[in-house]
Amino acid sequence: MSFVEYSDCIQEGDIAIIYQSHDSMMPVKVQQGTQTQTRYGVIRHSSDLIGQRYGSKITCSKGGWVHVLHPTPELWTVTLPHRTQILYTTDIATITMMLELKPGSIVCESGTGSGSLSHAILRTVAPTGHLHTVEFHQQRAEKVAEEFKEHRVDHLVTVRNQDVCKDGFGVTGVADAVFLDIPSPWEAVKHAKAAMKRHGGRVCSFSPCIEQVQRTCEALVDQGFEEISTLEVLLRVHDVRTVSLPLPDFGPDPSAPTQLDGTEKTTPNQTTISLKTTVPPREIPGHTGYLTFATKPRT
Amino acid sequence: MEDSGDDDSAYRIKQGDYVVLKRGDIFKAVQIQPKKKVIFEKQWFFLDNAVGNLYSATFEIVSGVLKLQKPKDPASSTDAKEVGTDNRNIKDDGKSQKLTRDDIEALKEKGLKGQEIIQQLIDNSSTFRDKTEYAQDKYIKKKKKKYENTVTILKPSCRILAMMYHGREPGKICHLRYDTLAQMLTLANIHANSKVLVFETCAGLVLGAVMERMGGYGSVIQMYPGGEPLRAGVESFGFPTHFHDMLHDFPICRVNALLAGTLATTVKDPSCADPKQPNLAAEETKNQPQGEQQGNPEEQSMETNSAAAAAAAAAVDDKEKDEQEKRREAKAQERKVKLEEKRKKLLSVAALLEGRNADGLVIASRFHPCAVLMGLLKFLSPSRPFVVYSQYKEPLIECYTKLKEQGGAINISLRDTWLRHYQVLPNRTHPVLLMSGGGGYVLSGTTAAMDRAKPASSQQAEEPAHKRPKLTDTE
Repeated sequence: MSFVEYSDCIQEGDIAIIYQSHDSMMPVKVQQGTQTQTRYGVIRHSSDLIGQRYGSKITCSKGGWVHVLHPTPELWTVTLPHRTQILYTTDIATITMMLELKPGSIVCESGTGSGSLSHAILRTVAPTGHLHTVEFHQQRAEKVAEEFKEHRVDHLVTVRNQDVCKDGFGVTGVADAVFLDIPSPWEAVKHAKAAMKRHGGRVCSFSPCIEQVQRTCEALVDQGFEEISTLEVLLRVHDVRTVSLPLPDFGPDPSAPTQLDGTEKTTPNQTTISLKTTVPPREIPGHTGYLTFATKPRT
Repeated sequence: MEDSGDDDSAYRIKQGDYVVLKRGDIFKAVQIQPKKKVIFEKQWFFLDNAVGNLYSATFEIVSGVLKLQKPKDPASSTDAKEVGTDNRNIKDDGKSQKLTRDDIEALKEKGLKGQEIIQQLIDNSSTFRDKTEYAQDKYIKKKKKKYENTVTILKPSCRILAMMYHGREPGKICHLRYDTLAQMLTLANIHANSKVLVFETCAGLVLGAVMERMGGYGSVIQMYPGGEPLRAGVESFGFPTHFHDMLHDFPICRVNALLAGTLATTVKDPSCADPKQPNLAAEETKNQPQGEQQGNPEEQSMETNSAAAAAAAAAVDDKEKDEQEKRREAKAQERKVKLEEKRKKLLSVAALLEGRNADGLVIASRFHPCAVLMGLLKFLSPSRPFVVYSQYKEPLIECYTKLKEQGGAINISLRDTWLRHYQVLPNRTHPVLLMSGGGGYVLSGTTAAMDRAKPASSQQAEEPAHKRPKLTDTE
């Protein structure tokens, strides 16, 4: 198992995702002799997980069952322990495409935070790319570095514990793409420019507040960036439901066709109409942040 | 991996390159070919002068050829000499511009550059100086869009091509908006060194996007309906030639045979489009000399026929007919060799599929997705993602229902994305006035071991909405 390559069977040391339902998933570190509690009972790693195929059904001690899935950055995003607010798949997918990330890309990122986007970047740039990620909080930097190692992607990433606004990304002239998710991105724009390849590249800044966006766009213009574009992407989920709508009773219909024997034809009483449709959830995330993209021209 | 000064060659435009022309928000994919005229935004020109220049360079179109544009002086453009405060006295009577359409045409013919024409328009506008600074800015931007004759030449990428197709020919890509494509690529966990199945009728855009994200590592198998795989859009990506080594294709009309294990024995002619074709192949082999027959079971039955036919042909002792016969034989032999090659290729791709261990499935077509999905899911390993795109919601509701009935898939979600652009300017920041009405819908899920019996406590989608408001998706 690794977050950048599939494998078929669960092994000791793997991170596996226990899937109970759409709202209930959790990551587990697979270890001999360990047990994991679920609402359906206990899962014994040695007998129930190790050697099983990813995707299998696992029967728990109380008789109910769960599924065990191979980890992916998308599953990690919804199951990882939050140390900060994270980016979700909708924004991550947009960022990945708009920054033109692909195998071999060199990417700089700050702040690392809880590593949600980082894992997605690593998956996309593997096996020949690299991620330089900067986090100014020491414990968070250490925690995320630990996770990269556990997830067997540490060879693709360098974590630096420093302040990107003062000290930059720690590399210059190498990046194809730079991503900023920090409180004052306008202060890091010049460092982003320095980290990027001379030939050019793409930059993205994620900010919840429009004032931050305005200041960042100004900084991008000052630093000579082109094709500056700000957008936002929102996810709309459609929950499939079968719905039964009752029909009203207007009483017997006087114009109904009468039978041969003079009595009124009795139509079979249809009381409801059933239909399959989708409904939106009661509340949806209405805003995560504004994404500002730009292109660095050749310098 | 720092830049070296002479590393430029990868960034220079070469003859034969596939590029994308850009002006503002308009894109067009073309190939650089010598002395080939292209049309872009109502202008005809040759691309020859682009060769040797760096990508992302901007050119002016002057008399049908490209001229490299000098870098713009950042402090240029019209300085705000006179500026008004508001529009209360500006009459919108269509008479403020003194130049007529003919006058402007004359200027164009004289060879005036875009910037110069705009200056003329400003000088001849009676209301320009009364406009506010912002209104003047807006006026200039609008005129630039209309009169500028520049074009930028870009290196193609999924981002650029997806925006191009969506803006130019959305019908060709089932109205797939570029952010929806982005969601699909991520949800399907497309990455290097995996084996991905793609079924699409989006001119090859989706296929190319998948290939870009795989970087030439692993394999992509295009499942195609009809006689030939259609993927003109893949060319526009300008992939290095070795990328094509990882791209395979397989006709879906052979899927049932493959699943039943009868593919090798039933296939005479790999192409499925024309039911008459197998008979045509039989006709060809009839006219061949007996010697060249290979030990194929399906062709042995034709040997007896061909022996009789050859004897009949030899009876006609006409030299010209003899030569014609030889030519026909040669052609038939060629066709036979080609057919055998095609057959071998089909069986080799079948070998990739037979293991039923693909890592991902991407569907985006005008076909009803349900049957495509249920048919192709069988080729995936368990715990692998699949995504299905449809312009419409209802077919995906059907897919969802079928998946729930059949089992074998979990974490199923039906979603679409809402995309909005912003204009960010000092004191003029607001969402852009027009936005995309819709970008299509995506159904995603993960394969899992088939469940035989559902546990008593399982939560399924047919439950009514929860009483407590939930911030996360419910299944």
